This record gives sequence, C-alpha cells and structure tokens, in this order.
Amino acid sequence: MSIMLIFLTAIAAVIVWWLAQQRLASKPWLEVGHARDHRRAAPLPAAKVGLGVFLAVVGSLFALSFSAYFMRMASSDWGTLPLPGFLWINTAILALASAALYWTKLNAERQHGEAARTGLLVALAAGLAFLVGQLFAWRALANAGYLLAGNPANSFFYMLTGLHGLHILGGLAALGRVTVHASDAGFDRRTRLSVELCAIYWHFMLAVWLVLFALLSGWATEVVVFCRQLLT
Amino acid sequence: MVDVRSGLGEALPPPEVEDVELYHPHSWWTRYVFSQDAKIIAIQYATTAIAIGMVALVLSWLMRLQLGFPDTFQLVDAEAYYQFITMHGMIMVIYLLTALFLGGFGNYLIPLMVGARDMVFPYANMLSYWIYLLAVLVLVASFFAPGGPTGAGWTLYPPQALLSGTPGGKDWGIILMLSSLIIFIIGFTMGGLNYVVTVLQGRARGMTLMRMPLTVWGIFTATVMALLAFPALFVACVMMLFDRLLGTSFFMPAIVEMGEQLPYGGGSPILFQHLFWFFGHPEVYIVALPAFGIVSDLISTHARKNIFGYRMMVWAIVIIGGLSFVVWAHHMYVSGMNPYFGFFFATTTLIIAVPTAIKVYNWVLTLWRGNIHLTLPMLFALAFIVTFVNGGLTGLFLGNVVVDVPLSDTMFVVAHFHMVMGVAPILVIFGAIYHWYPKITGRMLDETLGQIHFWITFIGAYGIFFPMHYLGLIGVPRRYYELGETAFVPDSVHTLNAFISIMALIVGAAQIVLLFNLVWSLRHGREAGGNPWRATTLEWQTPETPPPHGNWGKELPVVYRWAYDYSVPGAPEDFIPQNQPAPSRVSHEAAS
Repeated sequence: MSIMLIFLTAIAAVIVWWLAQQRLASKPWLEVGHARDHRRAAPLPAAKVGLGVFLAVVGSLFALSFSAYFMRMASSDWGTLPLPGFLWINTAILALASAALYWTKLNAERQHGEAARTGLLVALAAGLAFLVGQLFAWRALANAGYLLAGNPANSFFYMLTGLHGLHILGGLAALGRVTVHASDAGFDRRTRLSVELCAIYWHFMLAVWLVLFALLSGWATEVVVFCRQLLT
Repeated sequence: MVDVRSGLGEALPPPEVEDVELYHPHSWWTRYVFSQDAKIIAIQYATTAIAIGMVALVLSWLMRLQLGFPDTFQLVDAEAYYQFITMHGMIMVIYLLTALFLGGFGNYLIPLMVGARDMVFPYANMLSYWIYLLAVLVLVASFFAPGGPTGAGWTLYPPQALLSGTPGGKDWGIILMLSSLIIFIIGFTMGGLNYVVTVLQGRARGMTLMRMPLTVWGIFTATVMALLAFPALFVACVMMLFDRLLGTSFFMPAIVEMGEQLPYGGGSPILFQHLFWFFGHPEVYIVALPAFGIVSDLISTHARKNIFGYRMMVWAIVIIGGLSFVVWAHHMYVSGMNPYFGFFFATTTLIIAVPTAIKVYNWVLTLWRGNIHLTLPMLFALAFIVTFVNGGLTGLFLGNVVVDVPLSDTMFVVAHFHMVMGVAPILVIFGAIYHWYPKITGRMLDETLGQIHFWITFIGAYGIFFPMHYLGLIGVPRRYYELGETAFVPDSVHTLNAFISIMALIVGAAQIVLLFNLVWSLRHGREAGGNPWRATTLEWQTPETPPPHGNWGKELPVVYRWAYDYSVPGAPEDFIPQNQPAPSRVSHEAAS
C-alpha cells in the first residue's frame, strides 16, 4: 500500500495547503457583523474544481490498483509479459491527443475557431486510434498465448489497460460533446472552459498511462528496487 | 443591558440575484421523479435508504430468532443465516448509513446551510440517485437469484466468498453483490463531487469555512474521505469479479475444493483484506463524522448555547478524517502480520481517541449550564453521547493487539461495532429526522409517539448490545449459526441470547412507530412555522417552509456571523440568525 500512501500524502499536502489559506485559526464568534469572506474576487469555475476533485478520485483508483500490482507481484507465480512494441506507438498517439488538446485550448482562447476545431478533431481521432491500438495490443498478446487467466502479470495487464481504456472512452464521450458543441456554437466562454477541462483530463490520463506503461514494462519495479536499496 | 440595534456596522447590501442557470422543471415527472432539485433528491435517497434498511432490520430479526431460539424456526437454516448476516451488514453500512447521511442529509442540508440555491451539478446529482437506486435493485435481485444472496459475511473475504461452501459463492449471489457495490460507488462519486464542490464554491456571501455549521463540516469531510476511500472497494470488487468470472487469481490461492483442484493459484487473500479495510476503516468515520457534525448542532440548538470549542471541533473533524486513513490494518490483527506493523497500527488507532475525546468533552461542556430543552432531538443527541462513549471505550480494548487477538472472533466485537457505528449514528439520524422534519414538511412530528419511539429504542438497544459484551468476554464466538453443546458456554448464555432476541424484536417493532409518525404527521402534524426550534443556521431562515425550488426566493442570504449565536447577552432573543446583520459595536463588546 506504500504507493497509495504516497499518493495520499500528495493529496494531504494539497488539502493542508488549501486549509492553510482558510483561516482555520480565526475566532468566528468574534467576527460578527461583516460579510467579508476572504474569497478570491474571481473564483475558479465550479466545473474546474469539480474536475480537480474527480481527478483525485481517479488518481486514488489507479494508485490503489498500482499498490495491488506491487503487492501481488511479490508472490512466486509472477511471470513476465513481453510488451508488444507498438505500445510505444500507442503512447505517442495518446501524447498527440494531449498535445492537440493543448493546442486547441490555446487557439480557442485566441478565438481561432477553425484551428481549434481541427485540434479537437485531431484529438478525437487520436483518442480513438489509441483505443484501437490498445485492442490490437490485447489481440497480439492473446495470440502469443498470454491469456488473461494465464498469469497474474497478464491479468493485471488486461485489467489495468482496460480500466485506463474505459477512462479514455469516457473522455472521448466528453470530447465528442464538446466538438459537437463547438461546431454548433463556436468557442464561447462555456465551450472554452469545456475545452480546457478536456485538456486537463487528457493530460492526466496521459500521465496515468505513462506510469502504467512504466509499471507494466518493469522499469517502475527497477526504480522501486533502487529506492529500497537506498533506504536500507 | 445594552441596547442592541441591528442594521449598523459594516452591513453589506444583499447581492443581486445572480443569473444562475437554475434548472426549471416543466412537468410532474421532472419535478418530483427525475428531479434535479437537491431537496427532492435528498428525500428520494432517504426514502430508498430507509426502505432497504427495513429489509436489513427484518434480516436481523431472523438472525436473532435463530440465535435466541435455535432449532425452533425452520425458516432459518445455516445457509440462510449466513446470507442474512451478510446482507444485514452490507445494507446497514453502505446502502443505509452512507446513503442516508451523505445522499440524504448531505443533499438536503448542504445547499440550505451554506446558502446556495442548489448543488453545483444538479444533473449529476440526479444521476447519482438513480444509479444508487439501481445498485439497491441489483442488491435486492440477489435475494431472488438462483442460490440466493451471498453468505460470505459483509467483508466478502476471499477465498471463501468464491467457493461452493459459501452460499452464493458459485451462483449469482456474489456476482450481484460485487456488481451492486461497483454501481453504488459510481453513483456515489457523482453525488460526492456535488457535496464537495458545493461547499467549496457554492457558499453564500460571508459564509467563511469557519462560519459553517459543524453539520456541513462533518458531511464535507466525510465526503472527501469517501471519495478517496471508495476506490479501494471499487478496485477490490473489480478484481474479485475477475477472479469469479474470468478465472484470474488476484486473490485466490491454490485451493482444493471437495477433493478437486481448482484452477486458481498464487493469489493473495491478504491483498483483498488490505484493499477492503483501506476502504472499510475510513467508512466507519464516513458514517461517524456526519453524525458528529449533526449532533453538535442539535446539542447547541436545544441547549440554547454556543458550541464549546468550535475551532477544536473543526480541527478534530479534519484530524480524525486524516488519521482514519492510516489505521486500516487494525482490522487485520489476526491475519498474521508483522508485529511491528501491528504496533504501528495500534498506535495510530489509539491516537484517534484524542480528537474523538475532545469532541465528547466539547459536547458535554456545551451542555454544561446550558438551557437544556429535553426535546426529541436533544434526547437522541444525549443518547448518542452516552452510546458513543460506550462504543469508543470498547474500541480502546480492541485497538490493542494483545487484547484484540483473543476477542476478535467473539461477540465482543459485534457489541463494539454495533454500539459505535450502528446504534450511535442511527440515534443521530433519528434526532436529525425529528429536528429537520418540520423544515422538510412544514409540520412537527408527534411528540408522544416520538417519546415512545425514543425510550424503547434507547433502552432496547442497550438491552440488545450491552449483554453481548459479556457474551464476548465468556468467549461466545460471533458468526456462528448455533452454539450447540459447547463446554465453555454456560446455560446462562442461552438465556441471555433469548433475552437479546426478544429485545431486538421489540426495538425493531418500535421503528414502526417512527414510520407511522412520519406518514401521519405529514397530514396531521402541528404546523411548524419557519423556525420552530428558534435556530440560527441558514436553513431555518428560508422565506418559505418547506423551501421551494431555488431555496431563497429573489435574494441569496448574506452571512454576518457564525452558526452558534445562542443566548448572546443583551440580545433581544436567545438566538441571532446567521443572516442577521451586526448589532452596534457597544453591544458586541459587551457580548464578548
């Protein structure tokens, strides 16, 4: 569970940082009569805060799965799984989707509608291509005899990539809605916010994928072993 | 005496109505069924939770019939007993307590208490309820599935949960249970995002965090914890479903069943326990923190006194929330862990007693020299304090490894957790129902019926769970379908068991009084008016009761003071609502 605890520490740091700004040591019983509430003049949009909280939940989900991965790894029946080479291509495609959304966000802010719409379409296509690529990776592994129940390493591979894929699928649905909305209504304030939220989500899912990829290919294990050696 | 004049000081003009995109229902269906109004959603959540809770109550009756009068009722065989015990536990903890506190009270109270018109994401909020309902239906479906519901115990420990010796292990029972939990967590996440972000973003002008009522603090912190802890249960359920349906071996070790080698191997049941309790322990506080918050407000309001040590109360809530994530393995002392590990978790567990004790002291000190009105909410709040102290003290026993190991599999544990996270939070729920029902419906609940309900429930609950401590100390094991002829179990145990069962039947039946009261008072209750308890918090200051959609009419409230201005010296009344502007400076200094 150490990974989860590290993740929780990060979350706790954010919470403590936020709480530190909330004047928790004030004496509310003395502060009678004014309606100052020390909030920022331009608060963050609720949807953005909502996404932040949601990403903490998703992060917790993956941190726990990674914890489970490491704990299960310790048993003797753990095999190895040769990752198909084109997972690298998939990684590049997902990075492309993330980059496209970043570009879209910049263009939407500058009201370059045409470029922003192109960016959205590129991101959509890249997201879809990533999912198709993942399915190919599954098929390649299955054809090579690495079936789901064959070994815990295989099971974790299919489960974790599946879980990640489902999140990408959800992201695609949101992205699709934004794309439709953008082609109907252009990039008004609301659509720009949606684009920004999509971009944040995709960056996050890319980060999760990179960690996941490192985990599945065994580098993460080497890093962990190295850290343990440092500590002991 | 100082002349108190309002309207002076730095009173700000009320804010103009912001053009919030309030959702406007167009038909009966979208107004009352597929409603996006948090108050309707709250009532839907509460009704569903109480309905499924009644099922769990009947299940506990059936179990007690078997334990009190073994071999008398053909209805309960060993299989059915384990199914009942499992469903009773799971329903009570997740589908009743979690859903009622967060989905029910959270939805109703958060927007009203922080001065918002509604939750920030009303559509997701509506989905949250319907997904919760689906989870409940899937759970109920397992009663009618071939093989019946799972009998694995509410902790669903593998490998036994997936074996044919456990009811539902090789049938639909466990599949439906795991699916239902997964659905519940998805639905809860949608609701939970709402509760958190509404507190963060939706507060009225002047409502600083330190002016929020403790009810909101409790629900808010519990929701944050639930959002971080439920993923652990989610992951555990998904992995177990894989084991059950797709033949993986995440949790399943190599195992021989009825002389036949199963295709599993190498899995780690302990891994499941870590994941489960990483959720399971915060879950205790997910239920307890809203109860702490609500009870603080009940005590303050009905003792006409400000809450003692408000800041401490807030800090304690936050600290308990944080600590509860590093104590989970105290549920696993008997799993054979490294002794240093056990030492660590025993220490963290006992440290939680400090902020919890601070809360108890502060409740008692709030009562000290208060103007205590023994209304129904106050009675339940007092009963809660006693019960929680009781359950907390036995927690100190069980938190120690050496004491826990011999007691772990006895009725002592059953007594402990029922006191601390069963009876105590339920008492708060009852108190809260009597307290807020007038706001929800505009009518008071009947006092006499309420007194009957309170005294039978309170004394009866002690009749049930107090003797269980003694049973546990004698060594009577929990989870057993019947004791049979056991040398160390004296005859008095059987008498006591019969007594407990009769008490359980009575207490269960007393809840019918509450249900009747809830329905009867809708029509025949005394008119409550807007603020029958003369309380300070914003939900009692709505222009209409029950509050309509949008809560506040044209103008949002502005908050000028904290939530606990009761019996302020010099004030004309013994309470000053949070949205009342400042009295003059002179009187304020006299007050402090």
